[in-house]
Amino acid sequence: MAAARVVRQERDLSLATSDKPAPDAVFAVHPAARALMRRHRLRWWELLPWIAALAFYFAFPKYLGFGTDLLIAILFALSLDLAVGYAGIITLGHAALFGTGAYAVGMLAFYDIWNEPLTGLMFAALAAGAVGLASGLVLLRTKGLTLLMLTLCTTALLQEAANMGRAYTGGFDGLNFSIAPVFGVFEFNPLYANTQYLYTLAVLLACFGFVRTLVYSPFGQSLTGIRENLLRMHAIGAPVQRRLLICYTLSGALAGIAGGLWAQTNAFVNLSALDLDRSATVFIVLILGGHGRLYGAFMGAMLYLALEHFLARVYPTAWQLGLGVLLVVTALFARNGILGLGDALWRRLRAGRAGR
Amino acid sequence: MSFLGNFTGILLGGLAAGTVLFIVSVGLSVTMGLMGFVNLAHGAFAMFGGYVIVLAMNQAHIGFAAALALGFLATAALSMILERVFYRRLYRAGELDQVLLTIGLVFIFIAGITIAVGPESQPLQLPKALGGQLNLGFTQYRTYSIFLIVIGFLIAFGIWLTFERTRIGAQIRATVDNRRMAESLGIDVDRLFTITFGFGSGMAALGGGLGAEFLGLDPQYALRYLVYFLIAVSVGGLGSVLGVYYASLLLGVLDFVLKLYLPKGGSVFIYALTILLLLWRPQGLFGRRET
Repeated sequence: MAAARVVRQERDLSLATSDKPAPDAVFAVHPAARALMRRHRLRWWELLPWIAALAFYFAFPKYLGFGTDLLIAILFALSLDLAVGYAGIITLGHAALFGTGAYAVGMLAFYDIWNEPLTGLMFAALAAGAVGLASGLVLLRTKGLTLLMLTLCTTALLQEAANMGRAYTGGFDGLNFSIAPVFGVFEFNPLYANTQYLYTLAVLLACFGFVRTLVYSPFGQSLTGIRENLLRMHAIGAPVQRRLLICYTLSGALAGIAGGLWAQTNAFVNLSALDLDRSATVFIVLILGGHGRLYGAFMGAMLYLALEHFLARVYPTAWQLGLGVLLVVTALFARNGILGLGDALWRRLRAGRAGR
Repeated sequence: MSFLGNFTGILLGGLAAGTVLFIVSVGLSVTMGLMGFVNLAHGAFAMFGGYVIVLAMNQAHIGFAAALALGFLATAALSMILERVFYRRLYRAGELDQVLLTIGLVFIFIAGITIAVGPESQPLQLPKALGGQLNLGFTQYRTYSIFLIVIGFLIAFGIWLTFERTRIGAQIRATVDNRRMAESLGIDVDRLFTITFGFGSGMAALGGGLGAEFLGLDPQYALRYLVYFLIAVSVGGLGSVLGVYYASLLLGVLDFVLKLYLPKGGSVFIYALTILLLLWRPQGLFGRRET
C-alpha cells in the first residue's frame, strides 16, 4: 500500500522534473517532492507506543513478564517485516535465526564463557546474522514455493541438529543459566520482571530506531523497489541479489537479538526456540498487524499476545478455532492487516469530508 | 533372519511408508503445479479423510473398502466447496495470503476435530484378511505393507495412464506446462482446477486412512507430516505424478533406513539432502523448469 503510494508520488515527481528545468526549485515546490522529503520525519503520534509502554510499566506491575514477552514478539515480528514486508522474501523459517540468537546467548552463559547481557546480545546478533548470511547465500537464489520449502527445511535441519547435539545444547530439556546484572547493577529477578521489561524496552527502542532509519534510507527504498518490481530494479542496474542478501542478514541479526532477549529474560533456552510453530506464529503476528509498515509488528503482537494470554490458557481449542477464522478472514478481506484496514477507513473518511 | 530377509524387510517397510506418502502428496503436487497455489491445508484434508474412514469403521462398523470410498467422497466434496468459497478468491494473490488462508484452515480443522471427536489418537482396526504375515517364498512380511505397496503401484499407474491417455489428463498437462496458453486454447482452467483439487484431496483422504495404522491419527496430524508432504512434492517436481511417486518411495525408504541405523536425528540427512537437491534443481527431480 504505502509502497504503491510512493511509486505514484515518484511518478508525479518525474513528470514534474521533465517540464521544469531547475530540479532544485522543483524539489522545494512540488507537493510530491515535499511529501517525499517529509516522509521520514518523526510525527507526534510515533511517541505514543513508547509512552504506552512506559505507562504499562507503572500501571500493570504484575504483568511485566507478559509485557516482556510482548516486547520480544514485537522485535521478532519487526525483524521478519524487514524480510517479508519490505524485501518480499516469503520465509517460514525465521525461527532458525531467532533460535540461533537464543542458543548463542544460552550456550555462552551456560558454559560460563560470557554472561554480560548487552554484549551477549551482540554475540546473538553476530551468530544469527552469520546464519542469515550463509543460508541467504543459497536460499535467496530461489523464490516462491522452493524458497518456502528451503526455509522450512533449514529450520527443521537446525532444530534436528540441536536435538542431535543434545550433549551440548541440552536437547528438549534445555539449558538453565544465569545472566549477569545489566551494567553490573540491575539484576534479572525471575519473580519480578521489572529489569527485564525496561531492558527489553530499551533494546527494542534501539532496534526500532535502526529499522526506521534503514527503511527510509535509499537502501530501504531499493528494497521496496525490489518487492514491487523486480524486473525494473534489475533493468536500472540495482544490485538486487546483494541488497536482498544484506537485508536478510540484517533481518537475521535482529531476529537473533530477539532470540537472545528471549533466552536472557527466561534464563533458559531449549529446542522450542527453533520450532516451526514459532516461525508460523511470528508470520501470523506480522500479517495480522500489517506487513511492509513499521507499526504492523506492534499492532499484530499486541493483538495476538493479548488474545493468546487471556484465551489460550482457558479455552485452548476455542482459541485455535478463533485464530483459524481470524486468519481466513484476514487473508480474504484484510490483506494489509489491521493497520491496512485503518488506513482504508481513514482514507474513506477523508475522501468523504473532501467530497462534502 | 537372514541378511537378505533383513534387507527386504527394510525395503518393504520403507516402500509401504513411501506409498502412503505418495497417495497423500500426489494431489498436492498436481494442484500446486496447476495453479501455483501454496496449499498448506493438504495435510488437514488427509487428516479429515482419515477420521471419516476410521470413525466409519469403528462407530458405524462399515467395511474397510466402503469406508475408504466414503472418506474419499466426503473429503473430495468438502474440499471442492472450500475451493469454490475460499481458494478461488486468492489465485491471483501472492503466496503470503495463500499461506495465511491455508494455515487458518489447518487451525480450524485441528480445532474442529478436537471439539467433534476429541484430542486422543484414533486406532484403526484392520480387517482380518489384511492382518498377519504373508509368505513371499524367501521371507515373510506384513500382509498390510505388501497390500499398500501393490495399491500404491496401481494408483500411480492409474493416474499416470489418466494423465497420458485421457482428454482431461492432456488438459492438465497442458495447463501445468503453460497456463496462459492453455487458457487461450479454450481449456476451462478453473473447472479443471476444481475437479483436480477435489480428486487430489480425496486421494489425501485415502492416504490418511491407509496410513492411519502406522502414522497414527490425532488432531496434530495435519501439521506433523506437512513438511514431509511438501518435501515429497518439491523433490518430485510440481505437477509430475511419477516424480512424486519416485520421490515418495525414496523418502520412505531413506527415512526407514535412517530411523533404524541413526535413531537420533536421522531426519537431519533428509532435510539436508532436500536442501541440496532443491539448490541443484529448484524445479525438483522430474519437474519442468518454469517458463
